Amino acid sequence: MEEKVNSIKKNAVDEIEKTSDLHDLNDIRVMYLGKKGKLTEILRSMGELSSEERPKVGSLVNKAKEEVEEIIKQKEEELKKLELSKKLEEEDIDITLPSKKTVRGSKHPLNRVIEEVEDLFVSMGYDVVSGPELETDEYCFERLNLPKGHPARDMQDSFYITTEYLLRTQTSAVQARTMMANTEKTPIRVIVPGKTFRREDDATHSHQFNQVEGLVVDKNISLADLKGTLEVFMKKMLGQNTELRFRPSYFPFTEPSYEVDVTCFKCGGKGCNLCKQTGWIELLGSGIVHPNVLRMNGYDPDKYSGFAFGVGLDRLAMFKYGITDIRLLYQNDVRFLKQFDRKDEEYEIKY
Amino acid sequence: MKLSINFLKDYVDLDENIDVKKIADDMTNAGNEYDEAGSLINCTNLVIGEVLECTMHPDSDHLHCCKVDVGNEVLNIVCGAPNVRKGLKVIVALAGAKLPGGEIKRGIIRGQESNGMICSIAELGLENKFLKEEDKAGIHELPQDAKVGEDPIKYMGMDDSVIDFDLTANRGDLLSILGMAYEVGAIYDKKVKDIDLSHKENNEDINDTFKVKVNTENCSIFLAKKIKNVVIKESPAYIKNRLIASGIRPINNVVDISNYVMLETGQPLHFYDADTLEGCLEVRMAKEGEKLTTLDGIERILKEEDIVISNGKKAIGLAGVMGGLETEITEKTKNIIIESAIFDNVKIRRTSNAILRSEASNRFEKGLDPNRTYMAIERSCNLLEKYADAEVVGNIAKYDTTSLKDTNIDITAENINAILGMEISKEDILDVFRRLGFKTSVNKDIITVSVPKRRIDISIKEDLIEEVGRIYGVNNIKGKLPNILPKMGSYDKVTRQIRNKMINLGLNETLSYVLVPEADAKMFTNDDTEVVKLLAPLSEDKNTLRHSVSVALYKIYEYNKARNNKDVCIFEIGKSFQKQGEEYSETKKLASLMTGEYYLGINKKKVDFYVIKGVAEEILDYLGYNGRYSFVKDKEKIPKDMHPGQSAMISVNNDMVGVIGKIHPEIEEDDVYILEIDLDRLLDKKVSRMKYKEISKYPEVKKDIAIVVDDKVTSREIETTIKKAGGSLLTKSEVFDIYKGNGIKEGKKSLAYSLSFNDQDRTLTDEEINKAVEKIIERLEKDLKAELR
Repeated sequence: MEEKVNSIKKNAVDEIEKTSDLHDLNDIRVMYLGKKGKLTEILRSMGELSSEERPKVGSLVNKAKEEVEEIIKQKEEELKKLELSKKLEEEDIDITLPSKKTVRGSKHPLNRVIEEVEDLFVSMGYDVVSGPELETDEYCFERLNLPKGHPARDMQDSFYITTEYLLRTQTSAVQARTMMANTEKTPIRVIVPGKTFRREDDATHSHQFNQVEGLVVDKNISLADLKGTLEVFMKKMLGQNTELRFRPSYFPFTEPSYEVDVTCFKCGGKGCNLCKQTGWIELLGSGIVHPNVLRMNGYDPDKYSGFAFGVGLDRLAMFKYGITDIRLLYQNDVRFLKQFDRKDEEYEIKY
Repeated sequence: MKLSINFLKDYVDLDENIDVKKIADDMTNAGNEYDEAGSLINCTNLVIGEVLECTMHPDSDHLHCCKVDVGNEVLNIVCGAPNVRKGLKVIVALAGAKLPGGEIKRGIIRGQESNGMICSIAELGLENKFLKEEDKAGIHELPQDAKVGEDPIKYMGMDDSVIDFDLTANRGDLLSILGMAYEVGAIYDKKVKDIDLSHKENNEDINDTFKVKVNTENCSIFLAKKIKNVVIKESPAYIKNRLIASGIRPINNVVDISNYVMLETGQPLHFYDADTLEGCLEVRMAKEGEKLTTLDGIERILKEEDIVISNGKKAIGLAGVMGGLETEITEKTKNIIIESAIFDNVKIRRTSNAILRSEASNRFEKGLDPNRTYMAIERSCNLLEKYADAEVVGNIAKYDTTSLKDTNIDITAENINAILGMEISKEDILDVFRRLGFKTSVNKDIITVSVPKRRIDISIKEDLIEEVGRIYGVNNIKGKLPNILPKMGSYDKVTRQIRNKMINLGLNETLSYVLVPEADAKMFTNDDTEVVKLLAPLSEDKNTLRHSVSVALYKIYEYNKARNNKDVCIFEIGKSFQKQGEEYSETKKLASLMTGEYYLGINKKKVDFYVIKGVAEEILDYLGYNGRYSFVKDKEKIPKDMHPGQSAMISVNNDMVGVIGKIHPEIEEDDVYILEIDLDRLLDKKVSRMKYKEISKYPEVKKDIAIVVDDKVTSREIETTIKKAGGSLLTKSEVFDIYKGNGIKEGKKSLAYSLSFNDQDRTLTDEEINKAVEKIIERLEKDLKAELR
């Protein structure tokens, strides 16, 4: 009997070893250990045995069953592992294939610059205000100390609609609007980004362009305040090493007036073809608000003083993104637009 | 204004070797920018030579072979000029010389050695307008006293430098050599020299034979001086050279003197041939339509706003702009009347803008000093006596309402430092005024500054502050931030939020032109207002303001289409314009244009109406208008250039805020969709604050139904019916399938809806839900003749 049990066990172990499939393994389990399994059958037929042999054979068979069970278990684990690694291998993918994603839109470079300027000035307590693009002669010129027939009107050839209405040539028009709208005549701190228009169109000028105007009206405002403010502004936009140079100039709405040059952003001041070897780039117009402008718009020039500045944003955007032709900004070729699809890198200001 | 440095040196002493660039830069730092600065003649290696021999070139019918003595050697030079001949003193460009036309090299010309070039005046780079006939025809012939081996440019007096200034509109005083001398003198602290006005006058009095009359308020001073027996000839070289350096063509001594004195003093003059006048000059306004032939031979038709000079009978000159042909100085002129006057700057500006700009009008426009009106007459007499053998008639005929006195302005050091933000001492301030040539008197803190009339730009304290800043310099001011109350700045946040939302939807932001062609200005609108057109456009394709933003996006689409960019999904927040009665208005719009392929989630999809509708809904939902808007096929309101079957008005709270749909196939053959929302109108509609809504603890139950309805029944009608019938238990209903064709009758369609039911307080029973669904079906059957599938 013992031989028989051992032989069955050996067959079982052989079969288990040979199998490479979990299903087959289960069949083997049933075949040997199941209710009608070969080892189980021996137990069932034990009635034929003597009472002395029965416990002996019983323990023999049970031991064999346990052993087979253990081997099956081991095999099962082995096979499961094998199967998993096979599955993993099958599921191996080429992760370099293109991803599936939604598309990112893009923000126009000029609006990126406008937002950066707005964020800076808002953080310094300025309000961002706007005004009409189709402006009256009164606000665009007369209230800025530029009466009709004034020779400085030559400086800006304008698009008139009628003798009274025109496309604004400068965001400065909003200076007068802001002062007039402030009926309490309290201090003012605003910037005005927006579209402006002049009658010229060539490789370096667009008839439509963008400016940002700044106006501060308060007590004891001086040129030092203007300079400090523009220093922060320009360092934010062009980098910490940017320096400013004030050149006296003439604008009818400021007195004294200054054109402000900044360190050439291409060569850093060493001299190159962009700055015509001077190391400086003319970028801003600025000055102390003319007393006539304060007076005409309801502020007492004996109590208040102010500064104003204006800067062309197209040039800043062109510098920031290395755009070489102003016309690209307005052609809106989608191949151009789509390039502006990520977050901006900005300069930090150190004090 | 072109400034001749030689001319300037007549009135202010400059260091002999000062570089013209240095003057130009120092002037720039004082507020006077320049375009160009350099030598009048840009040539190197020029020398005076003498032609020793001149023979015909053996292989040419026009070239000559010359032997030219240049001082230290005799050169063989081949020359093609017809006037080259033995004994001539000439300008020789040696080998290596750089001329505006290129570098001169040694060479062989048709077998003959040539070691330089004999030059014409043209080859030295003078502008064409300064060239005489002989300058164009051949080489320049120098006078016999020219010394061989010396510098010909110096010999001719053309060794001058020129700065071309781009002056600011307020500095009319710098349109004169004297003005420039005061400015340069202030910068370098040099005194300005006196101008020579000396001359003799005969014992006649002009007033005995000549009258001036001024019959308009637009002339403040009018002076006439009589000069007899002038001899018309060529001007001396220095006058001609300075005129050329200043950009004015020399003509003859008398005409040149009038220009020369204008350059010196800034006062434009007009010289009349006295024998063509009839004893008087009158200033008056022109009659409407009055005709006048100006010096350039062109007949001008005048307006009432033009000031004219008349001989008592008719206009003979356009005041301040140009003289008349009839009374001009000619070769035969013997006697002259000099006119020196000041006309109203605004009137001159208008006339010159309308008719013609001239050196004279440019100066009148910017304003003049009446002291110079007198000075210019005296200076003319001085020069005419010297260079035209003139006899000056005594006295002047005059009309004068001007004041010649200085303007006094009181100022303190505190005033100046408060604005400049500096600490300049009273002494330093007084020194600046001294350098500018302004007299001062001091009473305690108050400085009274006497500003001479030549500085017409200075009238108030602030002007003087600018002068101090200009001359003292402001670049060492220490910048600071204004010391003002801190507060929070504000900006238009919602525009940015909309912009960012549109970008997140995968659209590309544009920045388009507001000017479009007149014919297209009202595209994608149904307004019948007058177009808003420019008076003087730059071009016909940008002559009118857009009435919609979409039209500008459509132009961008066309630009991209021409470049084969097929997928265009763009948007912009911008303004459109309108004329209402006599008033103009502008509206802030959100516009979008979509065509080609678009990413919808992770899948690319061809843009159709529903895609752009999705964009519109995304924006409206994002802004909080969920449930308050609808798309309405209002045939009356949909613009005619849009597809009538695939377009709609966007209604929020029953107010039309925008338009959406496909561009009419008659206009655009491709499938292009646009969206335009009036943001002013939309954002005017208040939205409540975002609030948390309790999430139900009880399970949601979904039921699907499919119905067949008539083709004409819209999805919106079905949804409204479902919502009404569903009551409060129905939380959501969504279309998930639309089917037409096999199994469905012609003219019918099948729609499948997924309905969600829920209650905040309890789990719904099957019975309740079935009842609700039944009620919905019943309503659909009754109201829309729907059949359950």
